[in-house]
Amino acid sequence: MHKVHVSYNNIVSALGFSTDEVVKNIASGKTGLQVIDDKNIFQEAFCGALIDNQALDSAFNTLAPQKDYTRLEKMMITSLNEVVKSSGIDLNERVGLIISSTKGNIDVLEPNNPFDDSRAYLAELGQQIKSYFNFKNEAIVVSNACVSGVLAVSIAKRYIDYGVYDHVFIASGDVVSAFTLSGFHSFQALSKAPCKPYDANRIGINIGEVAASALITNDTNSLSNDAVEVLGEGSSNDANHISGPSRTGEGLYRSMQLAFKEAQITSKDVDYISAHGTATLFNDEMEAIAFNRMDLAEVPLNSLKGYFGHTLGASGLVETIVGMQSLKNQTLYKSAGFETLGVTQPLNIIEKTEQKPLQIFLKTASGFGGCNTAVLFKKVN
Amino acid sequence: MSQAYKIKSYCHIEEGGLSLNGQVLYADTSKPFAEFIKAAYKAENTKYSKFFKMDNLSKLAFLAADVLLKNEKINPEEAQDIAIVFSNKSSSLNTDRKHQNTIEDSSNYFPSPAIFVYTLPNICIGEISIKYKLNSENSFFIFERFNANHLKTYSDILLSKNKAKEVLCGWVDFDDEGHYKAFLYLVALEGDIDNNEQEINKLYNI
Repeated sequence: MHKVHVSYNNIVSALGFSTDEVVKNIASGKTGLQVIDDKNIFQEAFCGALIDNQALDSAFNTLAPQKDYTRLEKMMITSLNEVVKSSGIDLNERVGLIISSTKGNIDVLEPNNPFDDSRAYLAELGQQIKSYFNFKNEAIVVSNACVSGVLAVSIAKRYIDYGVYDHVFIASGDVVSAFTLSGFHSFQALSKAPCKPYDANRIGINIGEVAASALITNDTNSLSNDAVEVLGEGSSNDANHISGPSRTGEGLYRSMQLAFKEAQITSKDVDYISAHGTATLFNDEMEAIAFNRMDLAEVPLNSLKGYFGHTLGASGLVETIVGMQSLKNQTLYKSAGFETLGVTQPLNIIEKTEQKPLQIFLKTASGFGGCNTAVLFKKVN
Repeated sequence: MSQAYKIKSYCHIEEGGLSLNGQVLYADTSKPFAEFIKAAYKAENTKYSKFFKMDNLSKLAFLAADVLLKNEKINPEEAQDIAIVFSNKSSSLNTDRKHQNTIEDSSNYFPSPAIFVYTLPNICIGEISIKYKLNSENSFFIFERFNANHLKTYSDILLSKNKAKEVLCGWVDFDDEGHYKAFLYLVALEGDIDNNEQEINKLYNI
């Protein structure tokens, strides 16, 4: 069986419209989070990471679009276009398309939105992206809460391993909307200041928006200079609660066990963990328990939520892409917002950005519905 | 990878009817969905109080799964290795519209966590996983229409890669009162029906 890699990629975000620009900003300690007090977005001031509309329109208009697209479609097309272009791959029937999103074009339900409500159907989002690029295959839309972005990588690998496709392009994205903000606000989970994952003084989550795209491929001629091999992956449900994580970290623990088993490596082989770290007490504590059960307490770990906020269906993919840059640049990036350990189990949170030899990293995510996914990646030399 | 898997059993809920392996268990086309599903739940002697707080999509998926798994003599007290792979067209839009209604008017603003939590399609998988202690693989996919090819391929992948021993898969869609359908089936090593696209489509259209 050929190895499967994550190759060319792109991030469209508050921190820039290319992976390089975004990672330079992260390295310099810049965050995309800011306090937004705009009644047109949400009735209350909140802290989040928003993509600048003018910058988005200007990037998107260089593609000379022939019709109107929603804001999310503009983000996702702008992002995926960079990946399709740099890969140079012919979009024939051996090429798949996976769309990862929790809410898609949910903002079209707002009374003032010019698009028809039917645009809120996720398959319609998939169809718009498929048609724009002329993919031969129907888009496979994954909507599995906050693990969607990293689960999409697992699904792409499975399809390639099974011989259905040689290449799969993943486009992931969610927008910050009154819909999502009001929901998390009703849970009293929203922080009015930048979030502090794993910190004793944590204050809740921030919602952010990104579009992230990547090529998954079995073709060693299609590898970018930051490509990584997908060593193993696993998913497991907590079977415990629909909106709160398991107190024993059961699903996350099992996901990691499955990923390690498939990768045929042990905890000692992992150089870095890109964790979920939403900065809620229950999530952070659950992760700390699961990582300790896996003997991963000493492995350097960060949450990137302090840079992008929680970007929902895109978070797993954008965080995987930043993890790839850690391996490429041999650099651990600071876990923004962290000062004092605020979980009951030991964790090795990255407190300052520094160079370090890195070969293998673990990406994990957990979400509503009790879902958890873990994927192991190895640097390609 | 060429191992042929089988369909052990299947369940439908649509147009006021609930059936298992093609046999009608309960039908009442006169009732609105909320009353119909409650009556079907009672007729099946389900006894699971969490059912009543679920949204329409979760009620639909949960009852179909429960009827099917109960018939398979699956013990909810024992851990099982059954993956769940669901798909639909309308995601959680039925509940999304309800949440949207709670925030549209600033003078009548009442978003509720109890509604918001159901604005994700995979929550229904969580509900089934809790009842049957399924610490297993799960994914929710969205397609324009029923996609037997995807479900067949994906269940084959999970079984052949030993990601699960059995796969509960199918279509659970709740768009509105007049447009809902659950078609769930269990794929395993043994069963009477071949797990191929043609058979899956045939069962879907029963």
